[in-house]
Amino acid sequence: MAVAAVDVSGLVKRYGGTTAVAGLGLSLPTGTVLALLGPNGAGKTTTVEICEGFRTADAGTVRVLGLDPATQGAQLRPRIGVMPQGGGAYPGVRADEMLRVVGACAAHPLDPAWLLDILGLESVRRTPYKRLSGGQQQRLSLACALIGRPELVFLDEPTAGMDPQARRLVWELIGALRADGVTVLLTTHLMEEAEALADHVVIIDKGTVAAEGSPAELTASAVDDQRLTFHARAALPLGLLVTALPEGCTAIEITPGAYQVRGPISPQVVSTVTAWCAQQGVLADAMQVAKRSLEDVFLDLTGRELRS
Amino acid sequence: MTTANRFAPGTFTPAPGAGKRSAMLFTQAKTETLLALRNGEQALLTLLIPLALLVGLTVLPILSTTGPRIDSVAPRIIALAILSSAFTSQAISLGFDRRYGVLKRLAATAIPRWLIVGGRMTSAVAVVVIQLVVLGVVAAALGWQPRAAGIGWALLLIVLGTLAFGALGVLLGGSLRADIVLALANIIWFVLLLAGAAGIESSVHDHAGGILLLLPSGALAEGLYTALGHGTTPLWESTVVLLVWGAVAAGVATRTTKLT
Repeated sequence: MAVAAVDVSGLVKRYGGTTAVAGLGLSLPTGTVLALLGPNGAGKTTTVEICEGFRTADAGTVRVLGLDPATQGAQLRPRIGVMPQGGGAYPGVRADEMLRVVGACAAHPLDPAWLLDILGLESVRRTPYKRLSGGQQQRLSLACALIGRPELVFLDEPTAGMDPQARRLVWELIGALRADGVTVLLTTHLMEEAEALADHVVIIDKGTVAAEGSPAELTASAVDDQRLTFHARAALPLGLLVTALPEGCTAIEITPGAYQVRGPISPQVVSTVTAWCAQQGVLADAMQVAKRSLEDVFLDLTGRELRS
Repeated sequence: MTTANRFAPGTFTPAPGAGKRSAMLFTQAKTETLLALRNGEQALLTLLIPLALLVGLTVLPILSTTGPRIDSVAPRIIALAILSSAFTSQAISLGFDRRYGVLKRLAATAIPRWLIVGGRMTSAVAVVVIQLVVLGVVAAALGWQPRAAGIGWALLLIVLGTLAFGALGVLLGGSLRADIVLALANIIWFVLLLAGAAGIESSVHDHAGGILLLLPSGALAEGLYTALGHGTTPLWESTVVLLVWGAVAAGVATRTTKLT
């Protein structure tokens, strides 16, 4: 069996009295895309920076391409590409100059002019870094991560600050990386991004793995997790509906006028609901059968209250 | 999808590996030198102000000196120029480079950490060489005739001075927040500028001059003045003072310098 590109187990990292990562484990097979998904402060960046060798772990083992990033960074760094959160360049440097500085560190760099072109930076290649927009800085940072033709790339929130067009481009690019056999570990708090890109999603919260699996596995409706939602007049009596529904189904009013039926949703359930609406003399609005989105999974696991 | 073929298959097929160290050093040093010359504030500090002072203090009878004013002014302006580029400009650019994440960016590539430092030093030396050429040509036009016998000593002092100020610049720029670095580096530059001007007025042997000689700026200025003005061996104190400042600053800086 091939060695995992990234193998982390029992990872612990503390900052003073705060535990940022508390016994986290993950494994990333070569040539796949893993998304580390979690709310702010969940430990995503800390985990990635330990894998890159920027921070040292307090406990646990970390192997990246079979190497220990804490002690074998010199062997590891030529093989990986890193896109740190918030980018990184000299404030006054022009985009093409920065890309050449990073390219000079690699044995077989991609053509900087071509990279700037495909990332839509051709028109700003002479613009000082500090005058680029946030999305342009992010794209330059991505170019810096890729120019050395790495076998493994770490992308820390790669599409933060990008407009939808740029985000699509980056997604497409990550798809091309995967197709060419590059292993990708990315962090994001965009569910859509994880769902679109990742072979494997690891949801982390408070420094530990809350759930993991393919997007399909994570959102797969365990049968009783299906739901049918509709809108109607508020405060309808649900007693008759619950009695009429097949066994295993429940009905609740989530917010005034928004109703949800949970359980194994079948055609029979839908007709029961419409019949009940007819009895009540109401017209059900926006009726739909929804499977759980990754966002539902995420919020169910990490809580719905706002983190400070 | 109109963009389906934007990335031909195999475009990103991994071909990792480290580049040549000479190429890493050259590209980084070239870029940092260009940035230093292109940055208006840095160019003002490292070239325009020293040039203005060189011409002004030589042409105008502001300071009382013995002998031709240019002989007294030129070595001290060279010392000031080295202070400006290796210390002040270096500290400020390092402070902002850290804030903008460039050290972390470079540290994430195949370039070894010592080579990142080497690139910065090469760039600092390149700027000093440019300063020496520009100031030397203008000083010569103003009638400066440095003693040939002292040139070897002067070069040694310039190298030691660049390293000492460079280490102090890294110590300051590598440990504090960028805006604090900006303020402190400019204040220190101004204080040492005044101290240097006072050094021209005072005799090396009186009390105030003695203290000034213990500062790296005073040691470099007086050492260059002795070597280039008299063609004699500078006081050994100048060399030792620069060595000690450089060694202590470098020693502390290796512990305090942060990537971000």
